[in-house]
Amino acid sequence: MDLVTWARSPWGEDVLTHISWSLLWASIVGGVLFLLAHGGYMLFSRHDKRAAGEVDRMEAQRAGLPARITRHTFVARMFHWVMAVAMLALVITAFVPIIGIKQFAWVEWHWWAGILLTGSILFHLVHATFFLDFWSIWVGPKDIPEFKAEMMRELGKEHGGPKPGKYPLGNRLYHLVVMLAGLAVIITGLLMMFRVRNPIVDRNPYLMGDPAWGITYVLHGLGGVGFVGLIMAHIYFALRPEKLWVTRSMLLGWITRREYLEHHDPDRWKTPTRPSPSTHV
Amino acid sequence: MPVIRDVMPAFELFQPTSIADTLGLLDRHENSWIMAGGLDSFDWLKDRIKRPEVVIDLGGVAELRGIREADGGVEIGANTTLTEVAGHPVVKDKFKLLAEAAGIVASPQIRNQGSLGGNVAQDTRCHYYRAGWPCYRAGGNICYADTPTAVNREHAILEADRCVAVSPSDTAPALIALDAQMVVRNGDGERVIPARDFFIGPWLDITRMTMLERGDLLVSIRIPGTFAGKPHYFEKVRDRQVWDFPLVNVASTMPTNGNTIEDARIVIGGVAARPLRLVAVEDAIRGRARNEETANLAAEIATQGAAPLRHNAYKIPLMQNLVKRAIRGEGQWTS
Repeated sequence: MDLVTWARSPWGEDVLTHISWSLLWASIVGGVLFLLAHGGYMLFSRHDKRAAGEVDRMEAQRAGLPARITRHTFVARMFHWVMAVAMLALVITAFVPIIGIKQFAWVEWHWWAGILLTGSILFHLVHATFFLDFWSIWVGPKDIPEFKAEMMRELGKEHGGPKPGKYPLGNRLYHLVVMLAGLAVIITGLLMMFRVRNPIVDRNPYLMGDPAWGITYVLHGLGGVGFVGLIMAHIYFALRPEKLWVTRSMLLGWITRREYLEHHDPDRWKTPTRPSPSTHV
Repeated sequence: MPVIRDVMPAFELFQPTSIADTLGLLDRHENSWIMAGGLDSFDWLKDRIKRPEVVIDLGGVAELRGIREADGGVEIGANTTLTEVAGHPVVKDKFKLLAEAAGIVASPQIRNQGSLGGNVAQDTRCHYYRAGWPCYRAGGNICYADTPTAVNREHAILEADRCVAVSPSDTAPALIALDAQMVVRNGDGERVIPARDFFIGPWLDITRMTMLERGDLLVSIRIPGTFAGKPHYFEKVRDRQVWDFPLVNVASTMPTNGNTIEDARIVIGGVAARPLRLVAVEDAIRGRARNEETANLAAEIATQGAAPLRHNAYKIPLMQNLVKRAIRGEGQWTS
């Protein structure tokens, strides 16, 4: 199976053109295999929430916590769903014609969705930097103890290590991968706008040479097919029974006090004892 | 390294004698090439731009030839030659528009060999694409014709979507103007596609010009009696009057009641990747007098949204004038 496609330019150079569409199927199959493997594993895994007795004790100690704790503000939720719509539109417009389900005038829909995605990400950068706890979603060496503790819990061993802050480790790793893939498709996509006629930028196919354009197309394609698997995994986790409380928080904004104590480390995700959505992040 | 182009490359040749055998061959051989008259095929094959392992020659399939009257119209086998179409008495009597269009394709020798199906299913003449450059239509990621220094005099002014190649067919606009239907068969059965939908633009599939997919065989073309004997107009403008592809052509049918246009089909070729039926123009002129005022109105509407490339802005006034002439119904074509 070829990973990329090449062409001979009029000047006799071998240049990249784009990825092989076999990678789309590889991403879909990879996504399905991951879902099956994770689903099978979860049949035997111990769930990683705190024991009921410990949660009872913590709840008694933190009587000042509100019954509902804001996990995602309205603005954060709006960003998420706008980005989701843009991302789904991008994946559908990109790949539905390729797999032959339906052929339609996909290019214009695709770049409009790309503009929407780019706008939403720019908004997110500002919002997350100035209005949210910017570092709560990032992952780094400081998370090694949490990683170790989570692994031990998954293996069924009680571990006194830290519970997650606002976002579980898997959530943060996913965000990191999505960020990298997202940057790849957005930057390359904006460059590719110069290859099609649109009202935003003047068409200029000479902006880069053939080799650079080839790399641009390949990176765009890799990011795109990567998102197919990533979106499959995201939707899968959103629909898993033990994760529905997280999904609900992305719809309604809140989690219960008990869910907060079961799944999070109150010292790593500090929340006011009085509900105040504008300050909860 | 130079490529030797003076001999035909090796391929396995099949010469079926029935449609069923042809479909069976198409089903069995993925990398196959359907050859009707061979006029489009031989360029591709000798230039080594298309490299099929199997060529299926339709010349021996009698079912694909002939013109039959049916329900007030005609059904024309896809491999019927253009000469036969142009000279057939029923076509000349009822559908003179098609007879004129088929009779002006290329040269007499080419019309003797070329088929109606081949003429509508032929690939674009974009010289960058046909030279084997890795453009969008060839599966690459660039259009070499849509660059500031490109030679794009023959290319699209409307509906360009990355690729700016145009449909080169003379008979396709006529068939659309006559509300023809394309009968297509494959291993799953038969489907009938209106000619208007048979030709596609790059937004739908940038690597094809028609709805025909791998395994499909254009079997025949049905022309209903709707516009039989009605006023029509066909004109083709080309660089060389001896024989050439159209720069722009127009085909129209226009039933009238006195001087009032009752209905209209106006189709322009050579301006987009597919022959364009000018529905907005048809709507605007229906019920109006067939006069200069209507012609001017139609010409104005016809080119709305046109985006010329560096060397083909001339196609805008040319298209406007052809639309005007179609509405005026000015005698025979003169160019």
